[in-house]
Amino acid sequence: MTVVTLPELIKDLQLEVVYEGEQNKIFINTSDINRPGLQLANYFTFFAEGTAARLQVIGLIEIAFLNNLDAKTRKERLEKYCSYQLPCVILCRGIDPLPDIKEAALKHKRPLLKTDLVTTEFINIASNYLDSKLAPHMTQHGVLVDVYGLGVLLLGESGIGKSETALELVKRGHRLVSDDVVNIKKVARKRLIGEAPAAIRHFMEIRGVGIINVQAMYGVGATINAKGIDLIVELEPWEKGSYCERLGLDETFLNLLGVDIHKITIPVKPGRNLAIIIEAAARDFRLKKSGYNAAQDLNEKILASDNKE
Amino acid sequence: MIKKEITVTNETGLHARPASMFVQKASKFKSSIVIEKGDKTINAKSIISVLSGGIGKGTQITLVIEGEDEQEAEKALVALIEGNFGE
Repeated sequence: MTVVTLPELIKDLQLEVVYEGEQNKIFINTSDINRPGLQLANYFTFFAEGTAARLQVIGLIEIAFLNNLDAKTRKERLEKYCSYQLPCVILCRGIDPLPDIKEAALKHKRPLLKTDLVTTEFINIASNYLDSKLAPHMTQHGVLVDVYGLGVLLLGESGIGKSETALELVKRGHRLVSDDVVNIKKVARKRLIGEAPAAIRHFMEIRGVGIINVQAMYGVGATINAKGIDLIVELEPWEKGSYCERLGLDETFLNLLGVDIHKITIPVKPGRNLAIIIEAAARDFRLKKSGYNAAQDLNEKILASDNKE
Repeated sequence: MIKKEITVTNETGLHARPASMFVQKASKFKSSIVIEKGDKTINAKSIISVLSGGIGKGTQITLVIEGEDEQEAEKALVALIEGNFGE
């Protein structure tokens, strides 16, 4: 399971450490955030079951509320609040911690952090950051290209011509995302983003030539760092008699990280211009997405003319 | 399927020339060959993939080989790594 460590969080969100706690033992595994208003009002139902493990963010309102309590109650509440397994408590708007908060945090070894940002702004930033860090991810052997704005993932065994096809696509004005290794991240319920590992970004291997730098050769317009994955094109060795789609009426999907992505399979034969076929597939996919299906249209036209006769 | 743990011992690790020798050798076999390094999986038949793996001297890797010629593939690749790529 993916987690974010506290030192990572502190560094990436530029937090100021008021009290360290036991930083090395703390991991954050949810992108949910809790503003502990209800807990400070002494309502702890469901708190232990999940809410306590969230990032705890205290803003002006919570502080104002705490200041309104009498000293004894405030101390008790904070004690009780900090006795749960909190990953850390973050104070927004650069508020200096009340001595009571510091004391309670210290007693239970809960890290106490500070940011100058306004509470809602910080919550947005933290939540986006955690979402992206904690997103499910995988590495896929394949080539990712942006064709007419669609992210097309080329799959197929080594040596079938994925890189060569991508190169031809780049030459025709499309953009390379990654050759051979694609890091895929699930950023929303139905959306996958693919990118190249930083070390090999813009590089490609063409058999017989060697390693080439696509950006240096074809310019900055020939590459893009990350792209959503819309369509999968599987390249398959051409075999006589094997089934392939002739109409385009049926839809096939490949499931990656729990997301179904449209897939088409293209038989490969020496001399077949794959780049043009993939361009056609991408255009066709866009038409289908907008509601037009050529096979259906043809079928309807034929039926209509049959009826006339 | 064969799983073989092995440590890379040559000076430069699986970079540049050794990586290319390794990929050349792996590509000769029909079996699928994957290198596992920690939680990373690397396609042994792709030079870009092998280079991106950052496999330096002393790195422990696992070769996962599956297919009709897996025995021969394992023998050849292990010999290459153990022989330090002729360095």
